[in-house]
Amino acid sequence: MIELKGINKTFFSKSGKVEAVKNVNLSIEKGEIFGVIGYSGAGKSTLIRMLNLLERPTDGTVTVAGNNLSSLNEKKLRSARQEIGMIFQHFNILWSRTVRDNIAFPLEISGISKEDRKKRVDELIQLVGLEGRENAYPSQLSGGQKQRVGIARALANNPKVLLCDEATSALDPKTTDSILELLTEINKKLGLTIVLITHEMHVIRKICHGVAVMENGNVVEEGSVLEVFHHPKEPITKDFVNQLSEPEEMKESIAHLAASNDGELVQFTFIKGKTGSPLVTDLIRRYDVEVNIIQGKISHTQDGPYGKLSVFIKGSQPVIDEALAYVRGQGVEAEVILND
Amino acid sequence: MTESLFPNVNWENMWEATLQTMYMTAISVLATFILGIALGLLLFLTAKGNIWENKFVNGIIAGIVNLFRSIPFIILIILLIPLSVYIIGTMLGANAALPALIAGAAPFYARMVEIALREVDKGVIEASQSMGASNGAIVFKVLLPEAMPALISGITVTAIALVSYTAMAGVVGAGGLGNLAYLEGFQRNNPDVTLVATVLILVIVAILQVSGDLTTRAIDKR
Repeated sequence: MIELKGINKTFFSKSGKVEAVKNVNLSIEKGEIFGVIGYSGAGKSTLIRMLNLLERPTDGTVTVAGNNLSSLNEKKLRSARQEIGMIFQHFNILWSRTVRDNIAFPLEISGISKEDRKKRVDELIQLVGLEGRENAYPSQLSGGQKQRVGIARALANNPKVLLCDEATSALDPKTTDSILELLTEINKKLGLTIVLITHEMHVIRKICHGVAVMENGNVVEEGSVLEVFHHPKEPITKDFVNQLSEPEEMKESIAHLAASNDGELVQFTFIKGKTGSPLVTDLIRRYDVEVNIIQGKISHTQDGPYGKLSVFIKGSQPVIDEALAYVRGQGVEAEVILND
Repeated sequence: MTESLFPNVNWENMWEATLQTMYMTAISVLATFILGIALGLLLFLTAKGNIWENKFVNGIIAGIVNLFRSIPFIILIILLIPLSVYIIGTMLGANAALPALIAGAAPFYARMVEIALREVDKGVIEASQSMGASNGAIVFKVLLPEAMPALISGITVTAIALVSYTAMAGVVGAGGLGNLAYLEGFQRNNPDVTLVATVLILVIVAILQVSGDLTTRAIDKR
């Protein structure tokens, strides 16, 4: 559905040139929810703006829904853009229009008749759950409601692709979740391809199928969400993954244990079916070890659950090694974080 | 009663002068609104980073606007007498004052329009582009409606400035309350005429201010 080939974007300014995006190649399948994660300044904002040519790439080709966007003239580009919806961090809805008129705006642009506009707007209001707020002005809406208007507006012309530019970054956690649920629902119901950029790993974890990690304008790592969560290769990816699984208390308890105990601190990583297996019970029954659970967590991704369990294993070294070999044999990853 | 308080006021002339002032103000406000928005839009759209970015056009318009804004109005009227004679056919009367009034006020308002447009959220323009909006749609469906409260409060300020411009124009023969206050009031030493003319001008200004404020408040949904 989306194909990026050899994309570079260089900005020239008085203070010199800035290479915002460097040689990015990406391929995003139809119906996929694809996330791009990176810290601010990584180039992800520029990247997503090149998907509808709000930014023109310096080199490379952008193909969306079969259109090579960079080759289109102004007029054709405008109609191609009607097939690519976009939502924004700060919603960017018109304060001078009501909810209804904001959603009707893209329909006015594409020249839909007044009657058909009304019908379509009613459908969209229902789809995003804004019934009863049709005639409110944006200033009377909450952040979550404003983003719902943004989503309805982006979907008005039945686009094939939805671009989300930090769509939940200005929202509180609860509202973020409700917007993410709405996006997932739309993805399933309409088979819409969604590309989102974010700096929050839980957004990727919750709704994405595929993910690309960006750093300094480069895509440094890419793959399915489960794969990247399970085997993060780059240090920055590990940082992002740890955002979810290693809160501050964990680090404190590790420090505490290191000072007071003999044994090994091990982190097990489970994916898919393995999250249900009684691994700890198995360990204690089969080997002469004590297992002390420090922390555990199962996260759900679009491709299945993914779990991490940190345990402190006490026992003689050979037995511990044998036990860990057994664990690995079960298809669970075991990483020794600390040993004395 | 009025006879004894304002012995020298000819109420018929006074009313006629009021109508002339209102006529000059109304026509010049309308023309200034349209011309100022056109100039302001051009200034805004051709500025750096906007949809018609063009350094050359922007420089020329900015130059003209600044030039006309810098010339004191009373001098502008005199400078524009040949233009008035060319367009209207005479240098006397309310119509003859209109070219100078508009030339004086439109550049002033154009700057306010430019500022109002710059206040429109860039993100909203970007969102419209992402929907495939043409430049025309961005101007008429996004920029102008979103800037409307500021455009209205700007034209209110300009309209009040125009009332005082009409008084100045009156001194050089345009008619209206300024003309009456100067010729009948000042030169013939009838202070009561000057007083009544001033009060009437204040009433016109107050009506403009209040209706401008009410309109701004009604359309501002922020």
